[in-house]
Amino acid sequence: MDMNEIREIFFQECEEQLAELETGLLKLNDGDRDPETVNAVFRAVHSIKGGAGAFALDDLVAFAHVFETTLDCVRSGKLEPSQDVLKVMLKSADVLADLTNAARDGGTVDESRSRALVKELEALANGEQPAAHAAPEPVAAKPAVAAAPAPTDSSGFQPIPFSFDDFGGEEEEVLMVAPTYTVTFKPRAELFSKGNEAALLLRDLSRIGEMSIHCHTGDVPTLDRMDPEGSYLSWTISIKTEKGEEGIRSVFEFAEWDCELDIKLAEEAEADDERPMIPVPFDLSLLEDEPAIGDEPHVGMHVEPVVAAAVAAAETATGVMQAAAAASARAEKKEAPAASAAAQANAANAANAAGQTIRVDLDRVDRLINLVGELVINQAMLSQSVIENDNNGTSSINMGLEELQQLTREIQDSVMAIRAQPVKPVFQRMARTVREIADITGKSVRLITEGENTEVDKTVIDKLAEPLTHMIRNAVDHGLEMPEKRIAAGKNPEGTVRLTAKHRSGRIVIELTDDGAGINREKVRQKAIDNDLITADANLSDEEIDNLIFHAGFSTADKVSDLSGRGVGMDVVKRSIQALGGRISIQSKPGQGSTFSMSLPLTLAVLDGMVVTVAGQTLVVPLTAIVETLQPEAAAIHSFGATQRLISIRNSFCPLVDVGRILNFRAQQANPVEGVALLVESEGGGQRALMVDAIQGQRQVVIKSLEANYMHVPGIAAATILGDGRVALILDVDAVVGASRGQSLRQEMSLAS
Amino acid sequence: MKKKVLTVDDSRTIRNMLLVTLNNAGFETIQAEDGVEGLEVLEECNPDVIVTDINMPRLDGFGFIEGVRRNEKYRAIPILVLTTESDAEKKNRARQAGATGWIVKPFDPTKLVDAIERVTA
Repeated sequence: MDMNEIREIFFQECEEQLAELETGLLKLNDGDRDPETVNAVFRAVHSIKGGAGAFALDDLVAFAHVFETTLDCVRSGKLEPSQDVLKVMLKSADVLADLTNAARDGGTVDESRSRALVKELEALANGEQPAAHAAPEPVAAKPAVAAAPAPTDSSGFQPIPFSFDDFGGEEEEVLMVAPTYTVTFKPRAELFSKGNEAALLLRDLSRIGEMSIHCHTGDVPTLDRMDPEGSYLSWTISIKTEKGEEGIRSVFEFAEWDCELDIKLAEEAEADDERPMIPVPFDLSLLEDEPAIGDEPHVGMHVEPVVAAAVAAAETATGVMQAAAAASARAEKKEAPAASAAAQANAANAANAAGQTIRVDLDRVDRLINLVGELVINQAMLSQSVIENDNNGTSSINMGLEELQQLTREIQDSVMAIRAQPVKPVFQRMARTVREIADITGKSVRLITEGENTEVDKTVIDKLAEPLTHMIRNAVDHGLEMPEKRIAAGKNPEGTVRLTAKHRSGRIVIELTDDGAGINREKVRQKAIDNDLITADANLSDEEIDNLIFHAGFSTADKVSDLSGRGVGMDVVKRSIQALGGRISIQSKPGQGSTFSMSLPLTLAVLDGMVVTVAGQTLVVPLTAIVETLQPEAAAIHSFGATQRLISIRNSFCPLVDVGRILNFRAQQANPVEGVALLVESEGGGQRALMVDAIQGQRQVVIKSLEANYMHVPGIAAATILGDGRVALILDVDAVVGASRGQSLRQEMSLAS
Repeated sequence: MKKKVLTVDDSRTIRNMLLVTLNNAGFETIQAEDGVEGLEVLEECNPDVIVTDINMPRLDGFGFIEGVRRNEKYRAIPILVLTTESDAEKKNRARQAGATGWIVKPFDPTKLVDAIERVTA
């Protein structure tokens, strides 16, 4: 694994943490005060900062640090996470996401926005505590750990030339006049209980200069009075080093709290030191090869006797302590098994709760899905040939086949479930969209999401974000009123947009509800008249008027606003939903708001289709496009112009489209009375009657991309393989309807991707 | 003999960086994702030194260190705290819990290895 891969992992992790962050903040926003929620939020930012630091992503680190500081105030209870505070935090989460993206893909971030937020965050952090404490320190601040001595090789100790900033440039001079220090070091018992080790500290000290050492054993009591975990030894070291007092202190950095440490320049030390000191040559390099002192009591054997004394003394402390540990272990043993059993049970539960997941390349899943598709087809073919060849209908074969069929269906469902993912990430993105629009429009909006864990195929999720974003923009921009207006109408000044997802009869239904003013039908009607969509005297039901907003080029906003404008209307939304094999409908109550419901298939890999025959060819028409089917009667068919024909259905006229003619399956128009008409709803909301020769039945088919295997064919969305092994083409209804209007069949969005 | 290091960190990024750094430096590395798992793994892997993060779900670094120090077999094992917190308060809490030393993130591979060498024989 190299740094690039770790970097990739970092950004994946960032995405997860950002989602975690947003979820947590939204929970807090809803009044959740669980400390674990606050902790999770804090950890998310903290992790991003930690990783970003490792990759020197300074902008990200700096912002995360300020954010973290403020979150820490919330965590410690110094700052109440009120709605206002959370508003700033949610915006900060957005900026953090932007910064992460910028760090990954290059590009820039709106600096004024992030700078303004940094100020707000700092203000929040400062609001409740003295400014000095909350002032964010520069994150890249030099770590407190002073440079530790570099490891030596196993051949033994050697002083390593090392320059400290203070000594920069003067190194030569300093080396020549390396001063001698006298260090007295008396560890306390705590030093050992924290895993520090006197012998190791002395070894490290020996690495920064030439030293001699004296071990004071005078305090060691007789064995019967010795506390096995006490500390009775102390050392006086004379060391000649160019690292200065600071360098010596850095050796004892981890131990400073748990020992008495005194460092003096030798001249002073000699002056007040009356005790004669015997310099002892000290070489701890032997320690290098020993894994652990305590485990190797014979270490002293290889060392000069004097050194051995010093080392052995240090060891005694460790050795004695371990003996004591063993003794106390026995005492604790009784409680230990119970405690550890409980701990294990807890751990196991927690591990289950955390969820066992693996990461799989999407390609592999797709390959599996394709294979399962083949399996389904193969199974269908097998059934068919068995039925054809076996007139006696041997029951055991038939039963076996039935079981096979059931199994393949189960495999198919399970494989589809692998690709299924909760809609949560998309819903979370919507939260951001709402915040941004609310900000720009000056409206106060609350987004409530429900059923975020509803699962749907990944491809559907990916394609859902765009239409949903657009609808949310519309809901906030056009649906909700300004706060003053809402107050006047007796409503909560804060508007509510509710986004829900649920499964209903094998499809996913996503509803977007706002509690705004509802559709202004007068305005919509007028606009439709102005745009020549309807005649001035058209008699339309409320529902029909509402549906006008799905017409191409329709926009009720008087001026194209910055938000919902962008040249796309609800017609585009409707088209993209339909391209996903979905339907969209609208319900609106004046003064109470509107609800948009979308019903989408759970997967794009299979499709519910109606199998039809056209000029001897078998075609599949997506079931979602079909409104109804009917057998035309001669009296209902009317000619119109040279070639056009209309069919009258319940007092309204609908253009008749001969599919065989459009696709060039035949040269002449078929006789409508001999066929079947499929009433379809197409792009723009208009209805057309598609003429086919016969309906064979309904069936779920596995979609095979034509583009991937052959090339794009106008009027055809994709292909599938039927039970008898024949290839059937899936009709691209919108393209066919478009062609009937005189447009030539052109490249259209296909069903298979 | 290779020294065995147990690392405890919830961040996948940091875990991977630790793994690469420590393996390159010739250590045997065992990894856990949080304090609870750390304590679980501890028994099996018998490490020479532990490197742990502070902010973790389920059981944070402080709790983890206390747990290790309560374990009769490991109460004298060196524990290095790996954290972005550079302020004295957190360092102190870690020390009180029984940490041997600390490394401030973003860690520099040399410093990490040095710190481990410092607290192990």
